[in-house]
Amino acid sequence: MPRRNSIVRNLDWGTVIVYLLLVFMGWFNIYAAVYSEDHSSIFDFSQRYGKQLVWMGFAFAMALVVLLSDAQIYSVFAFVIYGLGILLLISTLLIGREVNGARSWLHIGSIGIQPAEFVKFATGLALAKVMGQQGFKLNTFGAYLKVATIILIPALIILLQNDTGSAMVLVAFVLVFFREGMPGWVLVVGAFMALLFITTLIFDLSVIAVALLVIALLVYGLSTRRGSDVVKALMLTLILGVLMYVGTSIMDLEIDTFYYFVVPLALCALVALVYSYFARVQHAFFVGGFVLASLFVAFSTDFVFDNVLETHHQKRINDLLGIEDDPLGWGYNVNQSKIAIGSGGFLGKGFLAGTQTKFNFVPEQSTDFIFCTVGEEWGFAGALVVLVLFGTLLLRLIKLAERQREAFSRIYGYAVVSIIFFHVAVNIGMTVGLFPVIGIPLPFFSYGGSSLWAFTLLLFIFLRLDTNRYVH
Amino acid sequence: MNRRSVVIAAIIVLVLVTIATKLFYIQVVDSSYKFSADNNVLRRVTQYPARGLIYDRNGKLLVANKMVYDILVIRNQVRNLDTAMLASLLDITPLQVRDAFGQLRQQRGYSPRKAVVLFKQVSDSIYARFQEKMFLFPGFEVQPRMVRSYVRPIAAHMLGYVGEVNEAMMKQNPYYQLGDYIGISGIERSYEEQLRGVKGTKIYMVDVHNRIQRSYEEGRFDSVAQMGRDMTCTIDADLQEYGERLMQNKIGSVVAIEPSTGEILAMVSAPSYDPGLLVGRARSNNYKILHRDTLQPLFNRSIMALYPPGSTFKVVNALWGLQEGVVQPSTRYACHGRYPIGRGVGCHNHFSPLNLSQAVQTSCNTYFCYVFRNILDNSKYESIRQSFDAWANAVRSFGYGRKLEVDLPNELGGVVPSSSVYDRVYRNVWSSLTVISLSIGQGELLVTPLQMANLVSTIANRGYYITPHIVKSIAGQEGIMPKYTQKHHASVDSAWYSYIIAGMEQAVNGDASSGGTARWVTLPGADICGKTGTSENPHGNDHSVFFAFAPKDNPKIAIAVYVENAGFGATWAAPIASLMIEKYLNGEVKRPWMESRILNANLLDRRAKKK
Repeated sequence: MPRRNSIVRNLDWGTVIVYLLLVFMGWFNIYAAVYSEDHSSIFDFSQRYGKQLVWMGFAFAMALVVLLSDAQIYSVFAFVIYGLGILLLISTLLIGREVNGARSWLHIGSIGIQPAEFVKFATGLALAKVMGQQGFKLNTFGAYLKVATIILIPALIILLQNDTGSAMVLVAFVLVFFREGMPGWVLVVGAFMALLFITTLIFDLSVIAVALLVIALLVYGLSTRRGSDVVKALMLTLILGVLMYVGTSIMDLEIDTFYYFVVPLALCALVALVYSYFARVQHAFFVGGFVLASLFVAFSTDFVFDNVLETHHQKRINDLLGIEDDPLGWGYNVNQSKIAIGSGGFLGKGFLAGTQTKFNFVPEQSTDFIFCTVGEEWGFAGALVVLVLFGTLLLRLIKLAERQREAFSRIYGYAVVSIIFFHVAVNIGMTVGLFPVIGIPLPFFSYGGSSLWAFTLLLFIFLRLDTNRYVH
Repeated sequence: MNRRSVVIAAIIVLVLVTIATKLFYIQVVDSSYKFSADNNVLRRVTQYPARGLIYDRNGKLLVANKMVYDILVIRNQVRNLDTAMLASLLDITPLQVRDAFGQLRQQRGYSPRKAVVLFKQVSDSIYARFQEKMFLFPGFEVQPRMVRSYVRPIAAHMLGYVGEVNEAMMKQNPYYQLGDYIGISGIERSYEEQLRGVKGTKIYMVDVHNRIQRSYEEGRFDSVAQMGRDMTCTIDADLQEYGERLMQNKIGSVVAIEPSTGEILAMVSAPSYDPGLLVGRARSNNYKILHRDTLQPLFNRSIMALYPPGSTFKVVNALWGLQEGVVQPSTRYACHGRYPIGRGVGCHNHFSPLNLSQAVQTSCNTYFCYVFRNILDNSKYESIRQSFDAWANAVRSFGYGRKLEVDLPNELGGVVPSSSVYDRVYRNVWSSLTVISLSIGQGELLVTPLQMANLVSTIANRGYYITPHIVKSIAGQEGIMPKYTQKHHASVDSAWYSYIIAGMEQAVNGDASSGGTARWVTLPGADICGKTGTSENPHGNDHSVFFAFAPKDNPKIAIAVYVENAGFGATWAAPIASLMIEKYLNGEVKRPWMESRILNANLLDRRAKKK
């Protein structure tokens, strides 16, 4: 029995304990969220808390099976698992059942599962397989194309199922790429563009243009210490702006005010781009390109917002940014969620004493909005405990990932971190009004077999790989 | 460790700290979410108290409460509604049922998940019928409400009525909420705060669909409704009822006061109406009918009608003349059928010459023209303005020309002119002859029947009155407002009253040769002192006026009677007053011939005819 002993000895019991804590806390909070005096037993299997106990039993069994399985199969069969996942997704698209506008449920007998949940770890495995191959480096177009394809196939199918939230989860793999050598500026620029997208929704383009000019000149000036170039660019922009104003006045043209800011800035950036290309000045080239790209994003924001996003996405974003206030309409969920959490105070109202979640003011209170029950009944203290547990889990997983000797295990470990982190940040962020409402569950907490099983498999496959770290 | 793993760990920590900060803000710093949570989950259900009962001065119940039933409906629980059956159960047409459903949406705070009032104030017999079939009407509920019920159909104006609060009332007083009842007129309004009681609240916890889940904190924060305070009013119900019977088919008013206390014994305004008409579902319809009636039954003539006082006012001029010393009790003036100076004032046939008491007794116009001119042309004053205003102030000291502040709403104050009025009208050129009509209570004088009764009460008291009032006692409350126990002294010494009272006594009780104006209404043993009046007015025939008190010594009742357009005071007003006095002092009337003459008289059609 040496092998089994080694599993018991090498298993990261700390992570397992945090996992169990989260699952049981989730169960108690589901009980509190849907509690009714008619069904007061937590073992009442007609109720969600009773069912969740069954799902938990299955989940623990799955975890055990994973731990007892051969660690090699996940690497060997990574693509097979991925392929099965894609097949499930496609069949869901064809024969699945529509729930809340998303065709994401597959029914086998009386049990319904959400394949999108399982595709997350399958994609993680496939990514780890590709990126863990000998000599794979994220520095060629071909390499990016490969990983992008692995992510985009499931993402597109999930989008076709009309389940935007689950599709967005796959964006989280950016963290894996970053760990595996993607240049840091991609992350920064990506974050910047997202910020730009949001600020453009709030502020006028002329304000954005001025801000971009200031940022670009600051970055260039500070990185090159060439004040004269800064002055030149500033003068050029100003002169172009004045010329444009005089020109349009003479020609009696009526144009929107922001053009007087945007057009000179774009021309100035173009000049910098062309000049620096021929003069081989790298900094100026990057800054010029950055300004042009930013202007493009800012300009296309309104288009994307109005034409690409759907109405409920627009409303949720507007609500979050305070552009539109509608606490009984689109803002209802978040408003009620904040009321529930906010009314908890520092120590909370106590177990089963929450009123907002219990009397159904909060929607989806046992699934996507389960954190409301935590906030209402256990207060800031309880919410903080949950946050600390998730933080501990994530940091612990990073540590585990870093101690892997095999690239496959490390990359898969980061995939686990990315997915759990994305879920936690977006789910809790949405309940407290920091993020637009996206229907994704809180890992280990939310009611639902599919999500609990998927997260359990996701985590325990990594833990199994981790127990194998001394082999080879 | 890999540098990038540290960056990733840092990003994770940063995001989690941001979330924790936001959590701290909404859970610990910002308290507004707690209020929102309470608003979400707590529903306050008002417990309506019963209004206080109203008794008459002898403890007879006048106003009680009865149950009616509001029929409520939860719109989205209604299934397979049988409109025709519902209509027949509720005694209405199917169209009315449809209308009621159509109007639901316009209610404030309407929700299809909440019980809202569909039909208001259904009677208990209809409720009993509906209740048996209620199982056929899912989504329907019944809520009991208390409304007024009247033991006798009397004293409508004085008691007033109760109605639902409107927007303006709710804005003015935050105690009231939609659906509350409030006293709109009469006692119900002036003693609203005592009668209404205190509303209670039951706090329930509701779910998102507004369905009651359970009571909040086991009812620890509930408050129980407290019933309104019972009230005893000064009215003698039997006297009031008798007065209303006497005044049937007449227009006018009777006000009777107990002089020693200022308590109003009866307050009749004719035509009147059954107060029960303004209760329940029929109220708005009945109100419309009463409102359109050309005889204005809703108008409380006792405190709102303004009449010229007529000859009854002579007693005031006599008193002020005596007080000013411009006439002595023994002063005699001759009367040959008219006052001969200026345009002159006509008089009727009586013996001559006569002294002051005899002038009161016979109501001699000529005599009081002399008296009034003496008052205004008094050499004590530098000008007629001063003497006139001194007179006007004396008249006001009897409670004329201003509100008496009876405890009923909408009282009017009447008119006593000042010299400046005549300065304006006559451009400063006027004399005692110009205003000679005032000597016999005509001209620019207007009083309410209540003020008339108060004047005779002042005479009965020999010089003071206590503000007339309707409240005798309120349960659980010590005494009544001090303003209803204070004496108001008129500016005439009490010694002078005996001469006036002697004249009033003779007017009713004098022998056949004395020329008393109301001898035929004398009541043996009652010693009624009275004064007739015939008040000319621009609306038609003269008003028949009489005021009196009895008995002469230690008076028990002071009464003023106005019968509009009925002619001489002695003909109609005097017998009505006499019968009222008999009823009050003796408890029964033993002059059936006089009583039936009054009861059978229909004086409504005299209104338009000018003599």
